Amino acid sequence: MAAGKFEKYKSDGSVGGDALEWVDARFPATSMYKEHLSEYYAPKNFNFWYFFGSLALLVLVIQIVTGIFLVMHYKPDAALNASGVPVAFASVEYIMRDVPGGWIIRYMHSTGASAFFIVVYLHMFRGLLYGSYRKPRELTWLFGCGIFLVLMGEAFFGYLLPWGQMSFWGAQVIVNLFSAIPVIGNDLSILIRGDFVVGDATLNRFFSFHVIAFPLILIGLVAAHILALHETGSNNPDGIEIKANKDENGIPRDGIPFHPYYTVKDIVGVVVFLMVFSAIMFFAPEGGGYFLETPNFYPADPLKTPPHIAPVWYFTPYYSILRAMVWNFFGLPAKFWGVVGMGASVVIFAFLPWLDRSPVKSIRYRGPIYKTMLTLFVICFFILGYLGTLSPSPMGELISQICTVFYFGFFLAMPWWSRMDKFKPVPERVTMK
Amino acid sequence: MSNQGKMDCGRRRLIVATAAVGGAGAVAALVPFVSSLLPSERAKAAGAPVEADIGKLEAGQMMTVEWRGKPVWIINRTPEMLGTLPKLDDQVADPKSAVDMQPPYAQNETRSIKKEFMVVIGICTHLGCSPSSKFKAGAEEGMPADWLGGFLCPCHGSTFDFAGRVFKAKPAPTNLEVPPHVYLSDTRIMIGEDKKGA
Repeated sequence: MAAGKFEKYKSDGSVGGDALEWVDARFPATSMYKEHLSEYYAPKNFNFWYFFGSLALLVLVIQIVTGIFLVMHYKPDAALNASGVPVAFASVEYIMRDVPGGWIIRYMHSTGASAFFIVVYLHMFRGLLYGSYRKPRELTWLFGCGIFLVLMGEAFFGYLLPWGQMSFWGAQVIVNLFSAIPVIGNDLSILIRGDFVVGDATLNRFFSFHVIAFPLILIGLVAAHILALHETGSNNPDGIEIKANKDENGIPRDGIPFHPYYTVKDIVGVVVFLMVFSAIMFFAPEGGGYFLETPNFYPADPLKTPPHIAPVWYFTPYYSILRAMVWNFFGLPAKFWGVVGMGASVVIFAFLPWLDRSPVKSIRYRGPIYKTMLTLFVICFFILGYLGTLSPSPMGELISQICTVFYFGFFLAMPWWSRMDKFKPVPERVTMK
Repeated sequence: MSNQGKMDCGRRRLIVATAAVGGAGAVAALVPFVSSLLPSERAKAAGAPVEADIGKLEAGQMMTVEWRGKPVWIINRTPEMLGTLPKLDDQVADPKSAVDMQPPYAQNETRSIKKEFMVVIGICTHLGCSPSSKFKAGAEEGMPADWLGGFLCPCHGSTFDFAGRVFKAKPAPTNLEVPPHVYLSDTRIMIGEDKKGA
């Protein structure tokens, strides 16, 4: 552990030095600082794809801080107020119209939700590009998959809270997914809702999950993700192990200290990110109907589904897969297989470290097969995502079925196609291109 | 350890027993938490039956009443609407209503007590959206040209005929559910209960 690798801090006689020595004798302050920042050696050839991990952390902080302030004014109550509007819906309008600065805090939070998924998707794509999930970083990848799952739950619970039409019917559909599970399904969905229909009980428990349970799990998983990463060291665009080539002090020759080099580099990423983020927040907070959907400006009505309902954009690829399953197999209804397909399409990422059998990690040294497959996978992902925002149609159904087959084919056939590629020789040292 | 290689079986048994008792206690402690997630007594009591006045419902019209937080549709079907039902027998998944989605007295060709009045829960059996009415035949309301009229679920595209029967190869697994209901008089229906005067 850290205690053995680093010397305890010795005071230089100043007051500050004495204080730090006192603390360091009782808490691993300097050793943690060194292990994770000033003496964490990251490969020197990171490119812009490596911004998104730290940006995800930034968005997490934005969400937590804005969330704390939103909870001060929000009321999770489905009962109707004196004007016949659900209290929860009215409290969001109150935040938007009457609370000083409330509108900007809420727009930060709602834009932050979409921004979270954008940076996380780019972060995951980086993993696919450079084989970051490969040995020895499987556990880092698994913690990451856990973060992704929890993040989806967190986003889903949060989307119910404004208690608009899309909140209500979105929750209705997703909770009913569980009722497709044979035998226990019906009771399970009642257990999740806490009622026979989505109602006040559901709103209150989703609020609890959204502000307490899931953020706690999320923070725990993020800590595990970073600790596991710092145990193995970071991958890099060349997909080679910098720890294989160390100097006489045991420091990787291709490594540079995370602080100050990458902290400063990440600030550039933060500045660019905040420019884009602010532009959306100030000029297009509804994200063209993709970040905040129009039906959600109407209060929840349990008697009437809006004519067109679609999940928020970050769920639409999986939603398309759900809709693509229209056949009954093995005596189980199509509904069940839709749910299985949807769940599997998210969980299957976790198996990547064991599905990929290529001798190299990075796309730089892989051949045309991987490049083609990855490109097609991304295209399929986008098509599925786009179709998920549309109303169901026979053409859309067929296209989404084709894309679904490819989506799963990409993963399930990977043990074969990842091996048959033409590979280029991998360099000894990282390259700076 | 001082006695390496030798296991103290008595102590070992005590450790196992302690762990088992402690584990059982931990599992028992879950009970109040899990049970608190179940519907409360108040939620369970909220399922009282509702009455609806169908006296003013014109032929071809539909009304919605709320029962247990769900929309219940009452449709006054015209002879044309009823006429579409036999034509669709080979296109719907369960033409004879074999699956238990209706009380026995509604397990018939029109899935209703009185031929013209359809009483059905307006919640798609797929994932719980409320289907929209597409009563006009043909492509006028964005349906296929051979559409005879019925309902379309906006969420996942399941379609139903005027008896709430689901069409084949659609995501919804069963026909729409017919709730227990009873005619109190010619113009009054009680939804949620089978017997008069309850």
